[in-house]
Amino acid sequence: MNPALTHLNYLVVIVLMMTGLFIVFSTANLIKRMIGVAMFQTSTGFFFISLAKVSGGTAAITIDAASKEGRVLAAEAGAAYVQQFGVDGVVYSNPLPHVLILTAIVVGVATLSVGLAIAVRLREAYGTVEADEIEAISRKDAVQAGPAP
Amino acid sequence: MTLFETIYATPPALTAHAPILVIAGPLIGACAAALSPGSRTGWVISVLTAAFAFWMSVAVAGEIAREGVVGYALGGFAPPMGIALRIDAMGATMALLISSVGLLGALYSGHALASEVRPEKHILFQSGYLLCLAGFLGLVFTGDAFNAFVFLEVSSIGTYALVAVGESQGRRALPAAFTYLIFGTVGATFYVLGVGFLYAATGTLNMVDMAARLATLGGEPPVQAGVAFILTGLGVKAAMFPLHGWLPGAYAGAPSLIAMFLAATATKSAIYLMLRYLFDVFPADGAFTGLFLNWILAPMAAAAVLVCSVQAILENDVRRMLAFSSVAQVGFILLGVSLAGPAGLSAGVFYLLAHALMKGALFMAIGAFATSVRARSLDEFAGIARDAPWSAAAFAVGAASLAGIPLTMGFLAKWTLMQAALEAGAIWVVVVLALGSLLTLIYVGRVVEALFFRPATPGSQRAREAPVGVLAPLLVLAGFSLWFGVDSFLPESLANASAAALLGAAP
Repeated sequence: MNPALTHLNYLVVIVLMMTGLFIVFSTANLIKRMIGVAMFQTSTGFFFISLAKVSGGTAAITIDAASKEGRVLAAEAGAAYVQQFGVDGVVYSNPLPHVLILTAIVVGVATLSVGLAIAVRLREAYGTVEADEIEAISRKDAVQAGPAP
Repeated sequence: MTLFETIYATPPALTAHAPILVIAGPLIGACAAALSPGSRTGWVISVLTAAFAFWMSVAVAGEIAREGVVGYALGGFAPPMGIALRIDAMGATMALLISSVGLLGALYSGHALASEVRPEKHILFQSGYLLCLAGFLGLVFTGDAFNAFVFLEVSSIGTYALVAVGESQGRRALPAAFTYLIFGTVGATFYVLGVGFLYAATGTLNMVDMAARLATLGGEPPVQAGVAFILTGLGVKAAMFPLHGWLPGAYAGAPSLIAMFLAATATKSAIYLMLRYLFDVFPADGAFTGLFLNWILAPMAAAAVLVCSVQAILENDVRRMLAFSSVAQVGFILLGVSLAGPAGLSAGVFYLLAHALMKGALFMAIGAFATSVRARSLDEFAGIARDAPWSAAAFAVGAASLAGIPLTMGFLAKWTLMQAALEAGAIWVVVVLALGSLLTLIYVGRVVEALFFRPATPGSQRAREAPVGVLAPLLVLAGFSLWFGVDSFLPESLANASAAALLGAAP
């Protein structure tokens, strides 16, 4: 198959990641910067999740072959498959990266909220959320603070 | 090992669970502090928690003296599956450093906060402080690559908020905190991306397992990408030379307690993690780590020493000067590390300890001045020594140690570093070290000259000596720099044990 298609997940991740990083460094607006950071973090999540996905895989849950779900799965997988692997052998995606990214999302949300909170305080203190304007005001501050207050 | 036995006095009944208590203690303390009814209660909780963390760190260090390595399976799930803490001599050394500085900082915060932080923020400040403490201690104890990311972010989120609290003294802390947040988050995301690559290549997150599998894998592209992302990410957190942009503003804007705490622990624990990866996780003979040490780490560290020292000389704001000095000093540490041999590594770790203690003392002294005067620029520091002799003396000790004057820990640190460089035959490193030390002497000399020998600017506020609650931790911290300069047994054995643990056969 065309490598661009088999590696589609990586391409998507790279595009998202670079878009996020570009936003962070190209805009002066602090809110937009936080959006860029969030995109950047989310793309890492995509990367982990797409690593974990096994095509045709289900959730990694142990299934009792005698239960209703077990019978359905066994019927889907076919008798030969079940004989070889059992119902538990049904292909499943790696659950670990999902757990990791769940944690990473929590961390990301915490960072985002702290960042936005600081942006709010910046707006209160400087009256703007544009980094270049804040810098100009800071420079004026530094000049005024030169001699002892 | 006799060294740990000397610091290991009484075997507490809690020893078996000490590794997790070191981390859980401050985490619980952070919640308790946030719920405390008044700032006084918050302070007491903070001091008690930090003392508990210190006690437990000493217990863990004692355990390591007997066992060599301590493992702790979280929740009773065995290491390959569950998350494991894994502490060796290097981790114990860092834990001792972080928890002792944390305890001194907590004691110091009782009086120092009043002059630098708005009263209504004190309780939350203590909570954030304990959160950082938990994050840093967790970072040096964990044996799991992803867990390290979580602890890195727990501590970082705390520090972003704590730097922003510095706005009570001037709004410039806010943009600094925001920049720090952006840099820090991008750095941490780079790190977690690198962990993702390594996980894809090895199928494990446990550092010991990862090391074993990487040794057989060699330098496949995903591994190389992982190494590059991890080292870049940690480089941001450690303020490695071209990635240090966040540091001067953050240190200058933060309350001095936080500047002290960050200087002594934040960059240091990131350096710790970098060492852990470079020497324990990545294969020792892997071409790419050797390449990194020789062609990226060493030149960048040298550039940091020279460029940032000159920037420090040109800086008129004393806090920013010390911040640039911190980047330069990280360069000194990494120069030692880049020599890669046991001597160089040991010298690097010794320098790390020395710098944590002396820069901590310097920022604490600045906080002590801040209890009575609002001094920022060099001119405003003129003549303070006459009014606040003890704080100024502590500052002078820290400054002397930073410049490498004999009979201080800083001198020994520079001396062992030069010896290691000579031993490794790296003459250019010796030259850079000598130049860097000279430059350090210049900027440090300017502040000390202003403090002691220049008359106070007419019409400026008169300083007063800081209260005992501020002075005592400051003098203890400055005293360490003097004491270890004369009797360096403890830090030297810790550094040697750390280097041996890092270079040991298997992690």
